[in-house]
Amino acid sequence: MMNNSPAVAAHDLRVRRGGRPVLHDLSFTVPAGTVVGLLGPSGCGKSTLLRCLVGVQVIESGTVQLLGQPAGSPQLRRTVGYVTQAPSVYADLSVRENLRYFAAILDAPAGDVERVVTEVGLGSHADVVVAELSGGQAARVSLAAALLGSPRVLVLDEPTVGLDPVLRRDLWTLFHGLAAAGTTVIVSSHVMDEASRCERLLLMRDGRLLADETPSDLLARTGCGDVESAFLSLVEAQEVPA
Amino acid sequence: MSVRATMATARRVLSQLRHDHRTLALLLVVPCVLITLLAWVFHGTPTFDRIGAPLLGVFPFVVMFLVTSVATLRERTSGTLERLLTMPIGKLDLLVGYALAFGALAVLQAALASALSLFVLGLDVAGPAWLLVVVAVLDAVLGMATGLLVSAFAATEFQAVQFMPAVVLPQFLLCGLLVPRASMDGVLYAISNALPLSYAVDAMREVTTRSGVAAAVWGDLAVVAAAVVLALGLGAATLRRQTP
Repeated sequence: MMNNSPAVAAHDLRVRRGGRPVLHDLSFTVPAGTVVGLLGPSGCGKSTLLRCLVGVQVIESGTVQLLGQPAGSPQLRRTVGYVTQAPSVYADLSVRENLRYFAAILDAPAGDVERVVTEVGLGSHADVVVAELSGGQAARVSLAAALLGSPRVLVLDEPTVGLDPVLRRDLWTLFHGLAAAGTTVIVSSHVMDEASRCERLLLMRDGRLLADETPSDLLARTGCGDVESAFLSLVEAQEVPA
Repeated sequence: MSVRATMATARRVLSQLRHDHRTLALLLVVPCVLITLLAWVFHGTPTFDRIGAPLLGVFPFVVMFLVTSVATLRERTSGTLERLLTMPIGKLDLLVGYALAFGALAVLQAALASALSLFVLGLDVAGPAWLLVVVAVLDAVLGMATGLLVSAFAATEFQAVQFMPAVVLPQFLLCGLLVPRASMDGVLYAISNALPLSYAVDAMREVTTRSGVAAAVWGDLAVVAAAVVLALGLGAATLRRQTP
């Protein structure tokens, strides 16, 4: 169904936090079944934008729709998976106990807990208490919880930060596998190298979008060899208006 | 309300306690130690018989208040609350799940402390022993509901712990345990009438002084139960799906 309608549509989205504008009238769409990278330096508003997508952020004006429904509406609570930057799981429970709890809340099918444990590569740690895991492992428990119930949109805030390169590659393979099966995956990162792994990019700086296109279109448009230089050239172009 | 989400939450909270042996031991042992100390301090005087039973209600109230306010605050600061509120779970499912888990623990705690008081420390109670446990459990649930509500106003665990003296001690001073409520200054009496712990202590006093089940006990318990519902309702209102 709805294959040609976008998975995410934001229109003139404006957010203020603590009296300070954080997002300035953002408008963009995300096609369904793609892996989209939301890239930008730390503090540019990435997390706030992701919070808007899952409907937990109070917005000042504008609209955000996911799968044709307003962000945060009750119909989306089973179909949108969300991973915050800090692992939001219970540190005093084992991996499996955490996932069983979230699976029960989502009414996920039996066997889903074992599936997601394997998908994030924690099979051998399923009965370990989260507090005893490394930071990267705890982050993967948080990711596993978001995969429960096979959501149609995944919103992931810096899921690959601090991970070993092999794991990072495996997670990107997982994201592309999910996208091939129709899931829309939105991944934020402040590491520009991750851009090459995305099908589309949203480049952000100071609460504004610098680019919304495919990595190859971005490089062709700016005439740069990598996304980091493209980012710099876009910032310079903005600061010195021609 | 979803029974599935509520029961899953209660199970999850109990699993967390099961992993934390020290907290579990403190929850069960501390009231027993305190009541033993009380019996010892007032050995040979009628005071233990007068205040022993009301304190059997106050200890679980205090302990549950502390445990719940810190547990809920952790839920808020760790991001698990934000995650849960993006999922198909009602706010009341979450709160009632907490209430069931801590309520089950309160049954165990009250049964232990009451059995110790009645059978070892020689507490004289005119009414039935089961009623003592019922009142103590309801007091524990009141402490839990108040802790849930108060945790919304604490940004750190330091603040949450400070709310204990702020919320619990005034109620303790005015509940009639130190000075009978009827002989208090009019203003204080009026305030004590508005505080739920006063009714919890009144109910305990009814159980200790009258044989059988006095109608007044049910009246007092109804007030405590209403305070629990009110605190849970207000607590639910402080759980926001959207935050600035």
